Amino acid sequence: MARVLERIGYAIDFPEAQTCCGQPGFNSGYWREARALAERFVGVFRDADFVVCPSGSCTTMVRVFYKELLEGAAREAATNLSSRVFEFSEFLVKVAKITDVGANFPHRVTYHDACHALRELHLRDEPRELLRHVKNLELVEMPYSEECCGFGGTFSTKFPMISAAMGETKAANAGAANVEYVTSTDPSCLMHIDGILRSRKSAVRTIHLASILAQSELSDGNTSPAVTKNSP
Amino acid sequence: MSTPAKEFLHSAAVKSADLAHRSTIRTGIDHYEAAVMRTGARFLDWEAAREQCRAVKWEAVNHLDKYLLEFESRVQDRGGHVFWAETAADARRYISELAARKDVRTVVKSKSMVSEEIDLRQDLEKQGVKVFETDLGELIVQLRDEPPYHLMTPAMHLTRTEIADLFREKYGGVESNDPQHLVDIARRALRDAFFSAEMGITGANFLVADSGMVALTTNEGNGRLGSSLPRIHVVVTGIEKVIPRMQDLAVLWPTLARSAVGQSIACYNTLIGGPRNAKEADGPEEFHVVLLDNGRSELLADAEQREVLHCIRCGACLNVCPVFRKIGGHSYGTVYGGPIGSVLMPHLGGLNKFQHLSFASSLCGACTEACPVKIDLHHHLLQNRRNAVESAERPFGERLAFKLWRWMMMAPKRFAVLGGAARAGLRAVHALGLEGTRLDPLRPWTKTHAPPAIPAESFRSQWRKIATK
Repeated sequence: MARVLERIGYAIDFPEAQTCCGQPGFNSGYWREARALAERFVGVFRDADFVVCPSGSCTTMVRVFYKELLEGAAREAATNLSSRVFEFSEFLVKVAKITDVGANFPHRVTYHDACHALRELHLRDEPRELLRHVKNLELVEMPYSEECCGFGGTFSTKFPMISAAMGETKAANAGAANVEYVTSTDPSCLMHIDGILRSRKSAVRTIHLASILAQSELSDGNTSPAVTKNSP
Repeated sequence: MSTPAKEFLHSAAVKSADLAHRSTIRTGIDHYEAAVMRTGARFLDWEAAREQCRAVKWEAVNHLDKYLLEFESRVQDRGGHVFWAETAADARRYISELAARKDVRTVVKSKSMVSEEIDLRQDLEKQGVKVFETDLGELIVQLRDEPPYHLMTPAMHLTRTEIADLFREKYGGVESNDPQHLVDIARRALRDAFFSAEMGITGANFLVADSGMVALTTNEGNGRLGSSLPRIHVVVTGIEKVIPRMQDLAVLWPTLARSAVGQSIACYNTLIGGPRNAKEADGPEEFHVVLLDNGRSELLADAEQREVLHCIRCGACLNVCPVFRKIGGHSYGTVYGGPIGSVLMPHLGGLNKFQHLSFASSLCGACTEACPVKIDLHHHLLQNRRNAVESAERPFGERLAFKLWRWMMMAPKRFAVLGGAARAGLRAVHALGLEGTRLDPLRPWTKTHAPPAIPAESFRSQWRKIATK
């Protein structure tokens, strides 16, 4: 993501004071714990022109849920910041107004609609538009692309059987699209889908949207290392 | 000890792995979604219809006292009776005593989730009254002695072959599993019940305040027959069903029909205002409306979740829910299943007992997107989770884990050091070939997933190298 943003002319800062937006606690009912992290997040990013996240879910936390979580001055500061917080594909298409970042990825790819990006941020076309402009990439729609993959944060460990069953359906739909890669805006969905795909011996792999867009025209199209939780 | 939470976990795990169930539900819901798409196209502006429905229900729910009293007085003016039941037991007692007093031996019931909520059929059967469910789906689950699978389509989980087998066993005369043939068998079986019943019990889709009318929607005409043939008609419904004006039905009826089953308008939309009057040829001699509270007033007092009372019980949120599609309607173990049930049950049945349902969601928001009265369902699940952490029993380990999580995340150094330690630990586990075994600390994950690749370094340290170049 940083590479793409630099390529199109943005100066990137990675404030090392950042940790977590607080969503795991918020989603699990631990609003008091999450509140501390939300306030911390707002403080760390207060002076940025734009905050870009490689995750629709983290973006949703800041833009949608901070309003529910925070009160008073903290809420005001969060609201002020949240208008400058964007999911990556959203930032490229709506703010930078660019749909062709000069990427090359000669593979058959399907796009999984991550729930928060789709239903909270209303991003349906933006990621697809970016993928359509990647050279040599064939974008294929899978059936039920808008159905949740079943990750759901702590849901996947509290109710692993339900989560895995939902993941199986997603993996089967990706398989039905006969693609090499499933991509999405969110590393958490991809981590889950990847674990399901590999445990079911599927040949389909996952890759984050940012990793596709980072493949420059000069590269041979080989992918960067597997997307995992710790390397957005 | 078996608790609702443990039973839920068990049943959900079993159903999630049931591929035949998964395929039956997928087929049913694919038909539903195709029909919804077709009828959706007939709305000039579906979003405007949702907004209008929401506005109508908002007005009603926020002036419930006024509209309910208006409804009551108009029903009484026409000689009907209105009974205010604070609890399920109050409602049951009123109807049972009425049945006993009037020497009722047979009851025909049309579909009513409120009657399920108060266990009405079981209560009447206990005093020796024969009760016939007359909605086809309800009849099928009654014959199978199980609760409705879905609040709109109670027998959604059954294939027509299974229904044919059931009818063969209960009625005989089954020659094929052709749906029309099966409907004919059910119709013949129910016809006698309709003619012999002394009491008809129905629910209500809406209570129209300005005219004192009960609006009843069915697709089989059973509600109309059951409310006009027997000499006593009892309507049992929740207090939140009232709407201000007759004209509100102009938007509510088609919206309900679309969201419930993908129709433009349901086949039978009936307005019932009281007992037969002197100039009428048919209709019941007595007309009773039982208005059930059963926890709804407390929900009304909760400003954050009051809008849950807007629900028109269309079942759309169940159909679109990926969790419901996997675990099925019976796993919930509640009268109201799916997203609306998970939101509602902690209010109707107690937070501690039903909190687990609010956690059993990936929070994907498909329910909120589908809701025709725009209830913010998945955000209410989040509020229930918060309420559970604040005032119900949560596992000690979980409370501790989130305290530790906060402690770690409040300091980037701790986060970096502990993250590095976790990666090193997992690399060691992988080096020893223990990934995916019982000794893998990621065991809760690797039971259902291939072990994740462990990154060599954090983004933080990658960034430092890039930044110092």
